[in-house]
Amino acid sequence: MDILNQLANTFFDWKAMGEVIPKMFAVGLPNTIVLAVVSGVIGTALGMLLALMGISRNAAARWVARIYTDILRGLPPVLTILVIGFGFGPIIRELTGSTSPYPMAIAALSLMSGAYIGEIFRSGIQSVDKGQLEATRALGFSYGSSMRLVVVPQGIRRVLPALVNQFIALIKESSLVFMLGLLATEREIFQIGKDAAANSGNLSPYVAAAIFYLALTIPLTHFVNFIDARMRAGRPEKKEPDEAAALVGKGAQA
Amino acid sequence: MSEFASGTLTAKNIHLSFGSNHVLRGIDLHVEKGTTASVIGPSGSGKSTLLRVMNRLIEPDQGDILLDGRSVLKDNPDELRRRIGMVFQQFNLFPHKTVAENISLALRKLRGMSKEQARDEALAQLDLVGLKHKADSRPANLSGGQQQRVAIARALAMKPEVMFFDEATSALDPELVKGVLALMTDLAQGGMTMVVVTHEMGFSRNVSDIVTFMDAGVVVESGPPEQLFTNPQTERLQGFLSDVL
Repeated sequence: MDILNQLANTFFDWKAMGEVIPKMFAVGLPNTIVLAVVSGVIGTALGMLLALMGISRNAAARWVARIYTDILRGLPPVLTILVIGFGFGPIIRELTGSTSPYPMAIAALSLMSGAYIGEIFRSGIQSVDKGQLEATRALGFSYGSSMRLVVVPQGIRRVLPALVNQFIALIKESSLVFMLGLLATEREIFQIGKDAAANSGNLSPYVAAAIFYLALTIPLTHFVNFIDARMRAGRPEKKEPDEAAALVGKGAQA
Repeated sequence: MSEFASGTLTAKNIHLSFGSNHVLRGIDLHVEKGTTASVIGPSGSGKSTLLRVMNRLIEPDQGDILLDGRSVLKDNPDELRRRIGMVFQQFNLFPHKTVAENISLALRKLRGMSKEQARDEALAQLDLVGLKHKADSRPANLSGGQQQRVAIARALAMKPEVMFFDEATSALDPELVKGVLALMTDLAQGGMTMVVVTHEMGFSRNVSDIVTFMDAGVVVESGPPEQLFTNPQTERLQGFLSDVL
């Protein structure tokens, strides 16, 4: 029984949790959401640029995209965040006078997610049947307009589930920015839990942080499943036989 | 009397290679205004490639393409393709757009029509192919025959001077072929200039004014359908006809 009590005290100390939860709502949650959403938006724009470069007819553009993607996808997130945060932080400080590592945290997360999202977009765009580009060009559209109006929108649609998965990963990876030493008002869910755990010598604040993360990620996971199923089945609409088929087809012979 | 502003299309001595593969070896084709030329031949003979060269989806290595007697090789290829409608074996409708939007997209973006104008025009074109009631459906909810009729309406909406059909019925279930062929026959009789790559020998024989038999990148025989189908001169055409008829 001692062990069970000990575990309960370590992980489910309601008092310690109760103390940290208001701060998580007031500071941690907004910061996690800002970090994830802002770097998600920048990463999506960067990813689209990388994808278009990756399928470009210009070899130099393809190489730049390839090298960038290989490096950023190949590094541990922890290393990227540290190198960008500590490496470029002082330069930004000199230029802007701002001592906050927050923009560096967003930059590091954006650059990483851009590499992943670029690959997601590229595979989506390349999976669109080449007849679509051909048909659009046959109507008289330029290559650029054909891609923008017909091919890319279809490619994006197909990879929406993967894109949301990437956003879930981003929410989780945003916890790593604690390493940059954020100001008290800039701390996200994980660091608030970590600080509280360090002060109280109890792990319950981590459990509280876990609940916050799950409250964000689980609905998104189910949202992915929903759009995935919707895209597989399509909106329900009744399919009618061809009128011409009715004249000469199976119905006529019955 | 023609319902269409049709043009005369001429291809002269077209050559095209993909690497060491010499796909088109000096093709000549002349399609007089308001007439239908069908192109027949075994798979891999270069028929579909020839269509793509004539609307410059693929640029020829050598040769000339003339529309109404004027070379179009120096024109902007995008503008040339607005004058030549093309219908594909796999329909290639835009699956993320409604049937009406499939047609109105080019009208809005390339012809500068307003949204309402373009939709009205799209509905008018759909009416001509008997599918106005499907305007707000998605292509995936249409049968193959219906999809191909929408694809034809999409091409016609641009008021082309020439129409290309690239094996337009090959992907259709047998019972759906008839409706699409009937529509193509209407267009031919309405005075549209058409180049039809086809395996439908009945259509080729009954509807076209001239038949061109291609094999291995060259025109082996060309002439009126009666002549080619009843009195083929070359062994290759005789062999082909005995295989397909």
